[in-house]
Order: sequence, then C-alpha cells, then structure tokens
Amino acid sequence: MTPRRTLATAGRVLLQIRNDPRTIVLLLVVPSLLIGLVAWIFDETEVFASIGPAMLALFPFIVMFLVTSISTLRERRSGTLERLLSMPMGRGDFILGYTLAFGLLAVVQTSVAVAYATLVCGLEIEGSVGLLFVVAVADALLGTSLGLLASAFARTEFQVVQFMPGLVFPQILLGGIFLPRGQLPGVLEVIGDWLPLSHAIDALTAVATGDEDAGYVWLRVFFIACWVVGAVTVGSLTLRRRTS
Amino acid sequence: MMNNVVETRGLTVRRGRRTVIDRLDLAVPRGAVVGLLGPSGSGKTTLMRAIVGVQVVADGTVTVLGRPAGSAPLRGRVGYMTQQASIYEDLSVRANLRYFARVRGAPAAEVEHVLERTDLTAQADQLARTLSGGQANRVSLAAAMLGSPDLLVLDEPTVGLDPVLRADLWDIFRGLAETGTTLLVSSHVMDEATRCDRLLLMREGEVISDLTPEELLESTGAQSAEEAFLSIIEADAADAADAADAADIGVGTASTTDAVGTSGTDAPAVRAAGRPTSPEVTPPGYRPRHRRDAVPRSRSQGGRDGDVQGEETP
Repeated sequence: MTPRRTLATAGRVLLQIRNDPRTIVLLLVVPSLLIGLVAWIFDETEVFASIGPAMLALFPFIVMFLVTSISTLRERRSGTLERLLSMPMGRGDFILGYTLAFGLLAVVQTSVAVAYATLVCGLEIEGSVGLLFVVAVADALLGTSLGLLASAFARTEFQVVQFMPGLVFPQILLGGIFLPRGQLPGVLEVIGDWLPLSHAIDALTAVATGDEDAGYVWLRVFFIACWVVGAVTVGSLTLRRRTS
Repeated sequence: MMNNVVETRGLTVRRGRRTVIDRLDLAVPRGAVVGLLGPSGSGKTTLMRAIVGVQVVADGTVTVLGRPAGSAPLRGRVGYMTQQASIYEDLSVRANLRYFARVRGAPAAEVEHVLERTDLTAQADQLARTLSGGQANRVSLAAAMLGSPDLLVLDEPTVGLDPVLRADLWDIFRGLAETGTTLLVSSHVMDEATRCDRLLLMREGEVISDLTPEELLESTGAQSAEEAFLSIIEADAADAADAADAADIGVGTASTTDAVGTSGTDAPAVRAAGRPTSPEVTPPGYRPRHRRDAVPRSRSQGGRDGDVQGEETP
C-alpha cells in the first residue's frame, strides 16, 4: 500500500464523478429537497426538530452505500478491477482510495444539507457544527464500507440494489427515527442497539439538541468506526487477486 | 539465467466441475511473439489468466520470469490486456492512462509515449465511452504497455477489428518484440498465425502443437494457416474420438484404459492417454499424440470443432 496509489485511486474516482454532472446535481440537491419536504409536512409541530437531525444521518449513509456498491460492482464486472489487481495495486489502496473520495463527497453533501436544514428549514443545531460533520463523515464511510461489502455478494446491478432494502431499511426502522428504540420489543431493541446507523442517529440528535456532551458523541463515532473497520476488513478479503 | 519467460508444469485449472486445463506443460522463450491459437472455449483465456496470476489454479506450477506467477515483484513486469477493454468509460483516454501509469509507478511522460505508439493522440481527451471498439481496444493495449513490461499477455487484442487496424496492431506488436518484450497473443483469427514467431495450438485445454508458422504449413501441406489449423484440430478431435471408442469397447491400449480408469472427467481425461510424457516443447515441437495423416480432412467431418471463429467466453 502506498500513498501514491491510494491518492491516485481517490483522484480517479472523483474525476469519474466530475465527468458525470447529473450525478453531482442529484447528490447535492436530493437530500435538501427531501429535508425541505419533511419540514413542510411537519410544519408548526415539534416533529421536524426531532427527526431533522436523523435525516441528516440517513442521506450520506444511503447515498454512499448505493454509489459504492454499484461502482465497485462495475469495477468487478468491467474487468478494471482484474486489471488493477494484476498490477502493483494493493487491495488497501483500492478501498482506501474509494473511502477517501466518497468521504470528501460526503463532506460536501452534508454541508449543503445542513445549510439548507438550518438556514431554510429552521432546524436548530445547539451543539458543535464541527462535531456534526465528524458524525456525517463517519456515517458516509459506514455507507461506503457496507456498500463495498454488499458488492462482493452481488453478481449483477439488480442484485446489488436489492441489498439496499436488505441492509439499509432495517437500520432505519430500528434506528429510533419512527419509534424510540426503548419502546421496541426486547429483541428488536437489542438488535437496534447493535446496528451502526442507530448510533449515527443518536449522535446527530445529540449534537442538534445539545443535550449530551462531546464524549457521548465521540463514543458513538467510535462505535461506527468499529463497524467501518470491520466491514472494510471483510470487504478487502472479498477482493481476491485470483478468481475462478 | 532462464531462457523461458513462461513455464508451466502440470498446470491444472478447474472451473466448477469442468477441468479446463489438464496437466499442461509449456515453455515460452524470451523475446518472441508467441501466438496462442485455438477454437472457442479451448482454454486460451484461462491459460493467460493463470500466467498473469489472476486465475485460481487447482494444481501444478506456473513460473513467469523465474518467479511464481502472480507474485508481487511480477506485477510491474507483466502487462495484461483482457479480452474486454477494461478501461473506465467515464474517463478520458488520457485520464485512464494517467491513472494506470500512477498505479504502475510509470513516469507521466510515458502516457504520451504509449498514446503515440497506439495512434491515439487525436482521441486523448475524448471520454472512453465515445470511442469505437477498435479505439477502446487500443487504449486497453496502451494501458498494458505502460511501465515497459517484460511480458505482455494480450487476450484477443485484434478481435472485432478491421484488417487495416489489425495490421497496425501487429506492427506495434512486432515493434515491441524487437525491443526485447515477449508477447503472448491469443487469437482465433487463424490468418494472424503467420505473423507470430511461434504458435501454440490449443484444443480443449491442451497444447496440441507447438511449432513455427512455416512448420505449420509444411507439416499439414495446407495452403493457408486457417486450413492447416483446421486439419490439425480435426485430426486431434478424431484421435480423441478414436481413443474414447477404444476405451468404450475395452480394446484400448494399456495407457488408454489406464487414463480412463484414473480420471472421472470427460474428454480431457480420455485425451490424457496420449499425452507426451516429456515436458520438452522446444521447436520444432509439433507433437502429434498419435500418428496421423496430415492431409486435411473434409470440413464436415470435424463438425463439432469447426467453430474456430466463435467468440470465446472465459
């Protein structure tokens, strides 16, 4: 693994996205549109104040999951991955390159979404905005690493898209957005407590309300980071140089 | 100092339950254009993947430039051009090559050099998606050439190209060979055989002949490479069928019955009966496994292997 190859890969991924303006627009605009819609639906109630931060956690996660799983699958299917792995390319370079590129993208996406949620929709962030970005990036990296993992188990684009409901929806449903996790039946509560997105939602809510200290947020970020490392490790094992 | 760039010993590759390559011994000398020819599905791509080190190998060894195939030091010295273009469609030609150059650790100046060499300078800033098939193919070749590898493994580089483009590509190959690069080029366009220094003819995972183009024409008495190739393939298929028949009715030679008894697979196992025991394949290495007349048979007789122009799927 070398910084040169990692950076070259990150640069290449960003260049690919730059050559695809429609994807850029969708990446940046869609989250704001949906946040605006939710804010309008729950206008003049307290609901948006409580689920708004959670929505900020959802977008980087879902979008990065989709983008990573599909682009990695594309690399596997187009033969470019095989070409790279026949070259002096470390598997770590490949994964870290993707992680870097999408992490950067997540920062931009989150900036737009947070700006829109606070300035236009009136969402109040009591805690540190810097901390909010830390959580959002961790969240995006979580999506990236799980997407990478999902791509290893899919042979077609159709299959990889099916992993979205399979891996992402349960985390949304059990994450405490719709129903606080404490009110879930025992088993589901335990499952929800172990799923990484729950902690991203908790952390962003804590930053927004300012009810908890930074230690609480960092602990959640640490928990997400453990998931990321785990998924990247398993994902890199699936990037085999030799295939049958 | 070894003289062979590629050596395989008892190479066996299975895909699922099928044995694609069965105990193959092979040697490719340095500094030549070696053609790997064979009908669709004869194992050319699988053999190339094994040489590059991206194929799971069931048994045997593959040595490239004196090291085990696919080992880390080789990754910079072996260039591989896959059958599909294997480039990023949403990047320009130059951006593609720049990226691969950085991964290979080749200087950036080399990008312009390979662009020129593959005649792509005019398309350098075009997105790869907008290229024609032949142009995309050349980008793929250019990417494989980066870093001046000692061995270039090119899987059907001329497939789907018109005769003019094909001739251009062969000029490039010749030029590379003259600078000391060894090229292993697969093809199922038999006319290209005459452009190689040496030919390896494959059929059903086995190298059935190893000879020069001149020897190919001489030994078969055929007018064209295609005709010569067909006659060899058909003779080989007929031998395999004979061996199978002999084994079926129990009057086969000892080696035939033995081979059938020790192996559960279909055709490759039967054909193993006549396998030469010596790994020597140095030219003139035309190695018939049974005596055969070299007179070309009628095409209809070898019907099941007549599809030499078909697409090969890995």
